Amino acid sequence: MEWLLFVPLAALALGTAAFVILLRNPIYCALALVGTFFALSGLYLLLQAEFVAVVQVIIYAGAIMVLFLFVIMLLDVGHEPPPWLRRDRPRLLLGLGLVALLVLELAVAIGSWIAPGIRGPYTSDYVNAVGNTQLIGRLLFTEFLIPFEITSIILLIAIVGAMVLARRQ
Amino acid sequence: MPEPAFFVVMLAKIAVVFGLMLLSVAYLTWLERKVISDFQVRLGPMRVGPHGLLQPIADGIKLMFKEDIIPEAADRAIYVLAPTLALIPAFISFAVIPFGDRVRLFGQSIDMVISDVNVGLLYLFGVASLGVYGIVLGGWASNNKYALLGGLRSAAQMISYELSMGLSVVGVLMLSESLSLVRIVGAQSKAWFILLQPIGFLIFLICAIAETNRAPFDLPEAETELVAGFHVEYSSMKFAMYFMAEYANMITVAALATTLFLGGWRGPFLPPVVWFLAKLYLVIFLFIWIRATLPRFRYDQLMRFGWKVLLPLALANIVITAAFVALR
Repeated sequence: MEWLLFVPLAALALGTAAFVILLRNPIYCALALVGTFFALSGLYLLLQAEFVAVVQVIIYAGAIMVLFLFVIMLLDVGHEPPPWLRRDRPRLLLGLGLVALLVLELAVAIGSWIAPGIRGPYTSDYVNAVGNTQLIGRLLFTEFLIPFEITSIILLIAIVGAMVLARRQ
Repeated sequence: MPEPAFFVVMLAKIAVVFGLMLLSVAYLTWLERKVISDFQVRLGPMRVGPHGLLQPIADGIKLMFKEDIIPEAADRAIYVLAPTLALIPAFISFAVIPFGDRVRLFGQSIDMVISDVNVGLLYLFGVASLGVYGIVLGGWASNNKYALLGGLRSAAQMISYELSMGLSVVGVLMLSESLSLVRIVGAQSKAWFILLQPIGFLIFLICAIAETNRAPFDLPEAETELVAGFHVEYSSMKFAMYFMAEYANMITVAALATTLFLGGWRGPFLPPVVWFLAKLYLVIFLFIWIRATLPRFRYDQLMRFGWKVLLPLALANIVITAAFVALR
């Protein structure tokens, strides 16, 4: 049953991700990325992570990509030729190198000891019993309190920095 | 419940809700014109049917047969896609709103909600935040300066007010300890949350009007400065789809206000569905009343009000509610 949803969603994620770098109009690229976020959100739902799935849509599709569109429209970014027509040897090689590294990493991770299924106390039965929103909330305010607070300070610094830079002009 | 029966019931609920939603959207245009006419001491539509009751049908037929114009310099694909992107979120967001108590029918207990999602409220905010795509993309794809300005204005406005809207319901979440709308209604069996969260309700209502782009927050389509804003180039059914999305959003937001603050379907004597619809239409009437009363904001006033008044107020409301919940 799960495959019936997983395969189309995974195909959608990969297909739209490919369009993000292959399409020439930046607006189309941004919309393709929104499609990728939706596919990812669907995959999270399959993993019974409803909270993460919805937050993915709210933050990435609903806020960040809208601002991206906003900037693209205001700056009127021109059409770029596709990467394989740009004849930029060093960058192409760098990109291919990174792809190779990523594939290698994934192969190692999937194939062996890094991800041998679910470990620790957070089995899906346990998560469903507590409720996944409740569990995330509890963990953020206990076990991961310091990273959580540090993240919020980093975001605050970014906001203040943006204000300072914008004010100077 | 056996699976085939489950699917039949589910499809039936979707069909009924969708049908009623379409009908309400059509007749909301009639209601709005009539109510505003009353406020302005005139009659409004009177010719088609008794008291203009058939006017929405005549309007619908007219819009269907209008010429569909696509500007030559428009981005065709997105121009055609954008009205759909506005309409879909407007309709699917109603899926998590409970409109009645559980009933027993043919020996089965049936929930009067299409789907009780455990992150229901977040789902609503997620879907609502997508509505902005239809407007921004429509404005951009039209290749018209007024349309682009209207689209960009609306993006800035919707993102700004979404923030305060999200924060205004945090108090409700703390009191009900759930994101499921069914449980939130359940938590209001003793007192409606409007009594415990009056400031939250006020902020929510203001943001709701801004989110649906209605007067006094109708800057994205301000006739006097932007001609008609983001949909200036749209005609025929594509224009109608934007129009429907706007009214459907109005219904959803009113239903959300009812569910979160006015006790949802709860009420004495009358059946729950009647209570739900009565409260829903009361909120909608309030929206129309405000439109007939207040002049439009200026753009800088709108932004200042959202960020410097509503946002701090919503945060203060959260702090006070949190203190109250912790000390209880």
